[in-house]
Amino acid sequence: MSFPWAKNYEPQLPLMKWLDEKLPLPRLVYNAVGAGYPVPRNLNYFWNFGVLAGAALAIQIITGIVLAMHYAANAGVAFNSVEHIMRDVNAGWFIRYAHMNGASMFFIVVYLHIFRGLFYGSYKAPREMVWLLGVVIFLLMMATAFMGYVLPWGQMSFWGAQVITGFFSAIPLVGEPVREWLLGGFVPDNATLNRFFSLHYLLPFVIAGVIILHIWALHIPGSSNPTGIEVKDEQDTVPFHPYYTAKDGFGLGIFLIIFALLTFFSPNTLGHADNYIPANSLSTPAHIVPEWYFLPFYAILKAFTFNFLWIDAKLWGVIAMFASIAVLFFLPWLDSSPVKSSTYRPLYRIFFWILVVDVLLLGYCGMQPAEQPYVILSQLGAIYYFAHFLVILPIVSRIERPLPMPNSITEAVLAKHADKTSDATA
Amino acid sequence: MVRPLGFLVGLGFITALVLAILTTPLSNEENVAHSFHEHPKHLKLASDGLLPHWDKQQLQRGMQVYKEVCSACHGLHLVAFRDIEALGYTPGQVKTFAKGFQVPSINPDTGEPATRDGLPSDYFPSPYANETAARAANNNALPPDLSLITKAREGGKDYVYSLLTGFQNPPANLPAELKPGTGLHYNPYFANLNLAMAPPLAPNQVTYADGTKATVDQMSKDVTAFLVWTAEPKLVKRVQVGWAVVIFLSIFSILAYLSYRNIWADKKH
Repeated sequence: MSFPWAKNYEPQLPLMKWLDEKLPLPRLVYNAVGAGYPVPRNLNYFWNFGVLAGAALAIQIITGIVLAMHYAANAGVAFNSVEHIMRDVNAGWFIRYAHMNGASMFFIVVYLHIFRGLFYGSYKAPREMVWLLGVVIFLLMMATAFMGYVLPWGQMSFWGAQVITGFFSAIPLVGEPVREWLLGGFVPDNATLNRFFSLHYLLPFVIAGVIILHIWALHIPGSSNPTGIEVKDEQDTVPFHPYYTAKDGFGLGIFLIIFALLTFFSPNTLGHADNYIPANSLSTPAHIVPEWYFLPFYAILKAFTFNFLWIDAKLWGVIAMFASIAVLFFLPWLDSSPVKSSTYRPLYRIFFWILVVDVLLLGYCGMQPAEQPYVILSQLGAIYYFAHFLVILPIVSRIERPLPMPNSITEAVLAKHADKTSDATA
Repeated sequence: MVRPLGFLVGLGFITALVLAILTTPLSNEENVAHSFHEHPKHLKLASDGLLPHWDKQQLQRGMQVYKEVCSACHGLHLVAFRDIEALGYTPGQVKTFAKGFQVPSINPDTGEPATRDGLPSDYFPSPYANETAARAANNNALPPDLSLITKAREGGKDYVYSLLTGFQNPPANLPAELKPGTGLHYNPYFANLNLAMAPPLAPNQVTYADGTKATVDQMSKDVTAFLVWTAEPKLVKRVQVGWAVVIFLSIFSILAYLSYRNIWADKKH
């Protein structure tokens, strides 16, 4: 579907006309990310992060394919094969550091993309399916990143695999057999490394597939915008190309600069020193911590220290950690307010910012050892996290009185510019 | 349906967490060892910062310290002799250097284990045949391979330099259970304060060809600089390429910004 005023693809070159009749692939691209896709004219820079996430995935797939040409997924040689890439492969150090920091960049832009969705209510009708597919992508990303981190077969790789697969052993009765089945052994070993490599290569392509569904579902209602008011007529929109391709081009430049600064000037800052020690099942690192992008969830896992209702504290932690992501699937129905943008939601906005601080706090606590005051801070942080989505949000969306809203996107844009001119003349 | 059920689930998690808070003691067990730890001293090297270069003189001195002192117990298995051309040696010098090492081989006539002279394509040989031999020779401690040591320790080069220069007599107020046992040596930079490695460096332990005075501090700096190189031989190249990339991307971004402004010039947004 598209808006009635969407431009139609009209091939000029004979070759393109011929191609359009046989396989209308250029038409598909034209309608998806070309001039044939009308987009609200008032998108701000937060709307760059979808394209940037796509770029990050492309970079990960390209660097990953090259790394796989030189890497050996065997517990005996995996660690040294990564060092071989760093030392002997042409520009191998660059490919490897780009892949390593590319994962972090991917999560940074995806977290900002989720932030945008939460602030501007992008998850609400008619875009629930876009949001649900987004959460699926997020879960797939986490699985992919985790298995990728195991591949260099350093100490954190090994012990991270040990801890994360250990979650399954918290399941009553079948937990331990399930864990052994997943690992292919009693501890992470060659079988684990091999299957993780296979899945780490597979899942990015699954992600790419779900991204296509994500964009498809987005194109049914069209893009949301900072006012949260739906598009009414042609003057509310501009064609995606050249307007947003140009803006995304600039956004991509800034993204790549930050990526380059990280990759070339500080490539190990977001990593952990212990992962430059080869995996050793007989020596446990002093502090096992996951990569930074898992830290808030890790803090929630560790916050549960009490056996409540015959359920073991460990199982509570595991359930809560999965629930902290699963809750996102229900978000479109937990928040019943018809108003999308936080700009017009004075009460929701307050709790939204508390949630942002809360997740940052949980992330900070996640990297600390299990000591006070970090334990109680993660417990308080986890309480707010669940309270926000499951208790506060349904109530707020019921009792909140939204601020007056403009009638259309164009009205909002023109009002903004009128303000600016009057400021300038005053 | 979603909201009432979600409310109950939320209350379940919150109750479990409130009970967890009430049952978790607020005080920590005191970590006595921690009060004796010292923060690593900063070591400034030519390879630091935004305009790094290799101080080849220093790297050569550092390699001499490694070869004459550290290599007795510590391996360097990721570094090949051919790599040291980067320290300013000629191919001929590398060949001669490699020849000075015996590497494991087999006797071509009998197939029996044997050794032969090193070649530039060989890697620095390990001082021990295997882990068991290494532990047997070191009071059950395992001397780590040093190839990646400055990347594999929290604090990096600062930690390595501090550890090498940090051996001292235990302070008088050190509790008995933290006092170094037999074969252990006090060092406030080491995680559990007591280290199996004896102080490895003594003044004038090596004689530098370039006349630099071989103090413990100087040798520690030199060998640490060398180990920064072994951990990441492409470090200088990496930063140099980084500058080119960032300058290129900055120009790209400026042009992209200008075209963005140009395209949107007639459109209020």
